[in-house]
Amino acid sequence: MHSRNSNTQSIDWVSIVLYLLLVGFGWVNIYAANTEADSPVFWIANKEYVKQLIWIGFSLLTVGILLLIDSKFYVEFAYPSYILGILLLLAVLIVGVEVNGAKSWFQLGAFRFQPVELAKVATALTLARVLSRFQFSFTSWQDLLLLGSVWLLPAIILVLQNDLGSGLVFMAFLLPFYRQGMSPYVLVLGLLAALIFVLTLLLPNYSILLLMAGTFFAILLFHKYRKETLMALGAAAGVYGLMALLMQVNSGAVNHDLALLSGMGLASLGLGFKALLRRLPTVGIYLLLFWSSVGFAYSADYFYENMLGEYQRSRILVLLNLKNDPQGAGYNVNQSKIAIGSGGFSGKGFLQGTQTKFNFVPEQSTDFIFCTVGEEWGFLGTTSVILLFLFLLMRLTYLAERQHSAFSRIYGYGVAAIFFFHLAVNVGMTIGLAPVIGIPLPFFSYGGSSLWGFSILLFIFLKLDTNRGQVLR
Amino acid sequence: MGNSNRAIIINIAFVLIGLIYIVRLFVLQVVDPSYKFYAESNTQRQLTQYPSRGLIYDRNGKLLVANQPVYDLMIVPREVTPFDTLAFSQALGLPHDQVRELFAEVRNNLRSRKISSFKPSVFYKQLSAEQYAVLQEQLYLFKGFFAQRRTVRKYEYPLAAHVFGYVAETNENHLKNDAYYSLGDYTGISGIERTYETFLRGEKGARYILVDVHGREKGPMRGGRLDTAAVAGKDVTLTLDIDLQAYGELLMQNKSGSVVAIEPSTGEILSLVSSPGYDPALLVGRERSRNFPALVTDSLSPLLNRAIMSGYPPGSTFKTVMALIAMQEGVLRSNTTHVCNNGFYARGVHVGCHPHRSPLSLVPSLANSCNAYYCYAFRDVLDNPALGSPKEGLDHWSNYLHNFGFGQRLGSDFFNENPGFVPNSEYFNRLYRGSWGSLTVISLSIGQGELLTTPIQMANMTAAIANRGWYHTPHVVKAIENDTIPSRFKERHNTGIDSIHFEPVIEGMEQAILGEIGGTARLARIPGIDICGKTGTAQNPHGEDHSIFVAFAPKDDPKIAIAVYVENAGFGSSWAAPIASLMIEKYLTENIHPSRHWLEQRMLNANFIDAQQE
Repeated sequence: MHSRNSNTQSIDWVSIVLYLLLVGFGWVNIYAANTEADSPVFWIANKEYVKQLIWIGFSLLTVGILLLIDSKFYVEFAYPSYILGILLLLAVLIVGVEVNGAKSWFQLGAFRFQPVELAKVATALTLARVLSRFQFSFTSWQDLLLLGSVWLLPAIILVLQNDLGSGLVFMAFLLPFYRQGMSPYVLVLGLLAALIFVLTLLLPNYSILLLMAGTFFAILLFHKYRKETLMALGAAAGVYGLMALLMQVNSGAVNHDLALLSGMGLASLGLGFKALLRRLPTVGIYLLLFWSSVGFAYSADYFYENMLGEYQRSRILVLLNLKNDPQGAGYNVNQSKIAIGSGGFSGKGFLQGTQTKFNFVPEQSTDFIFCTVGEEWGFLGTTSVILLFLFLLMRLTYLAERQHSAFSRIYGYGVAAIFFFHLAVNVGMTIGLAPVIGIPLPFFSYGGSSLWGFSILLFIFLKLDTNRGQVLR
Repeated sequence: MGNSNRAIIINIAFVLIGLIYIVRLFVLQVVDPSYKFYAESNTQRQLTQYPSRGLIYDRNGKLLVANQPVYDLMIVPREVTPFDTLAFSQALGLPHDQVRELFAEVRNNLRSRKISSFKPSVFYKQLSAEQYAVLQEQLYLFKGFFAQRRTVRKYEYPLAAHVFGYVAETNENHLKNDAYYSLGDYTGISGIERTYETFLRGEKGARYILVDVHGREKGPMRGGRLDTAAVAGKDVTLTLDIDLQAYGELLMQNKSGSVVAIEPSTGEILSLVSSPGYDPALLVGRERSRNFPALVTDSLSPLLNRAIMSGYPPGSTFKTVMALIAMQEGVLRSNTTHVCNNGFYARGVHVGCHPHRSPLSLVPSLANSCNAYYCYAFRDVLDNPALGSPKEGLDHWSNYLHNFGFGQRLGSDFFNENPGFVPNSEYFNRLYRGSWGSLTVISLSIGQGELLTTPIQMANMTAAIANRGWYHTPHVVKAIENDTIPSRFKERHNTGIDSIHFEPVIEGMEQAILGEIGGTARLARIPGIDICGKTGTAQNPHGEDHSIFVAFAPKDDPKIAIAVYVENAGFGSSWAAPIASLMIEKYLTENIHPSRHWLEQRMLNANFIDAQQE
């Protein structure tokens, strides 16, 4: 076991080696995606691999400096950095430039920077600070309000920037929340919401309503409320039948949504009354759950139909396999799967990729860099990358668990969660398992601010880890 | 709180997602082969390397048909930048209006998506090397244009167009029936270009290149290791003697008709003339679209290969075969005599004849071309008491004719041979409802009536006589580079006539020319050469009779057998015979004897085409 007597322990070389391996292999793939067979000149200043090399150098310099700064600074720096981050995000909303439809970049001459990368670091630090407050509780409304605001404010600004992908990254923080004691039912509810959302796309609203009503009655039966269930079922069916008949006679068309809602409304009133009278809290909870699901389903449907852009709608449909459109919205994923699939077991070899090099795969050195890995290095390469990331993630949770300071632990989980989310979504989208939302693969994707941001994120934690014996807060 | 359990759960979640992705990647990359296929069709493009067609030589190794480069001007619309269209049309050597139309066409094709903006398509086909030389100097001014080299035929002589045939772009049928072809390929449409297409066309090569998502070339695939070079077509050597061919076409100028000369011992066609002909260069490349309609609509049908496609009655030249059949059937002997009283009279049937001594035996009857003699011989064949009926006799007769190659395609190298026509008993049963006899069909005996033969069949008959009973299928291919010619040309076909019967016939043909006992073809006499021939005149219901002559020489060890048809020229002795003899003389001695220069001049000056049209 490590000595806990001295104030500073040695830095975790395992993580640094993993970091260097990932960055190095990432650069090799950017080089492959960006090089041209008929141009033997290496040093061309506007080539992405040259720029990335400069960014790698700059990142190494930065993390070197980060390691020299006292750990306590990061604790104190949390709130100011958060305020700075929010200000930058707001500023970019006003003076930023638009790239690929998202207004999330600062442009200074040839130099472009995405403040969201800093905002992630700041938010991770601040959430760690909030969660590590003395006597923080997930049952305190005040605490939850503070936590929720800190958590969601940057995400909302990002959505306003039309950078949905980066906004979704903040979902990752649910992981440290869970680690810190948030009820797992929040995650279950999240999954339920996702399920209902998918169902609203698949089925007409009234059939989802029917499904939910059926589930609701089934659960009641399961809890042995036989008499109540039958009564409510009868009332609901009666009202539905009556209304359907009236509408049929009146206008010749039946609004099933309205008829069902009315039926369920009457049944719920009865059930609610009975629950109050007989003090049956379970029935009350299920009633609440049922009606919030109904509310969610209708608002999700409204959100999908009226708030999402056409391209976002079709991307969702393609992802869910509801729409086959290889030349349209599915083009990216289709080409990306072709590139990865054509790599075979051991790949076509370094610089031998054809799909990625000749622009078949869009964004081949940024969001779809994993295609180059898949095409040139094959199954061996892709598996190695995933395993390297898994090692890093498990190493980070291991490191986090050995922190004496809650701040350091929570921050460590935040870092791991962000990496995990990026990995899962980025790799997932290239192999058709996740929606195409443009977020980079950490250390791999071309782009200075993301490499720089991920490096800072990681190395602040590695610095905190050197003081793991101390209770920083 | 049990939070360390949660750490484990979180790690399990990491590993679970990792495993799901690895399994998915295994399926994508290792299990499912379809992505490899898609990837290939995404990036590889096969460019055709066109082979040059095989060359064509004459029997003496003289180059007849070669290739010349032409240049297709290609356009990649996307890469075109604004330029001076006037300078462009001057460089192309085309009127400005036409260039504008070409651009309008490109725009239309782009709009209707017939062509791609990223890929090269043909802007202007088949610029000649001269045109290209002018354009090439300025091509750098016009971005998005480049020239692609193709080869088309180049003819060293303006001769033998009917033998060569022509080459043109493939049509839908070619594409459907032969996987070799793709759109824009050339193929032989007629003549030996068609017959020996599979040898002449060579093997296309392929260059594999990598293209990007827009179809732009990005360099060779795997460093060009998969590329295959085009293999040039095999050279074909013909049996034609181009000098004899040239002489034949010269003699036949201003005449319609044809000349077919065969080497009897091999069946090799030495010369095949169909007149009027045309310069084969008229049907090369861009020229063809301009000239082809004119050739098709010409009332003299220059595209028609009369030597193999025109069926005429053989006329008196047929008497040679008639005599042979009668002798083989045992109803005629060389010393058999028949009386001719200006013709043949029997039961109201009269076949006229010209004045000559009478009675005659076989040899003088051939030399004098007595009609009556062959009417008797034919009647004896049909009414042969050894046979059941004239019908059976006629079928015997028609069998012999088939043995000589009549009434069927000979199977030469030409795909569009006319089989001609030889009637049999079935045919006459249908025609006369069963009631006919030897006298009904008596005109067959002198090569008239229903009988139709082509010049090549007549030349073949002459070769069979020269060989005393057998022939090789006439053909124009002598050798194919690194390959063998079709084996059917090596087969010997027997006529079924014993060689002994040929001697009196050949003597009669010799006498026809020597004229010692009267002869119809004395103009064909060549000093120092023992030539045998037979005149003929084919009745032509549409105008002046056709002049026919068949001959071979020398009498012993014949080197050449020939059939000459001159349409609308009258008697065989006046025109066809001199032309045939001049051809023979030219072939055997390479020169025309001074005593015959007047005759040559007369043949060259003769014009039956203008006379016919007046």
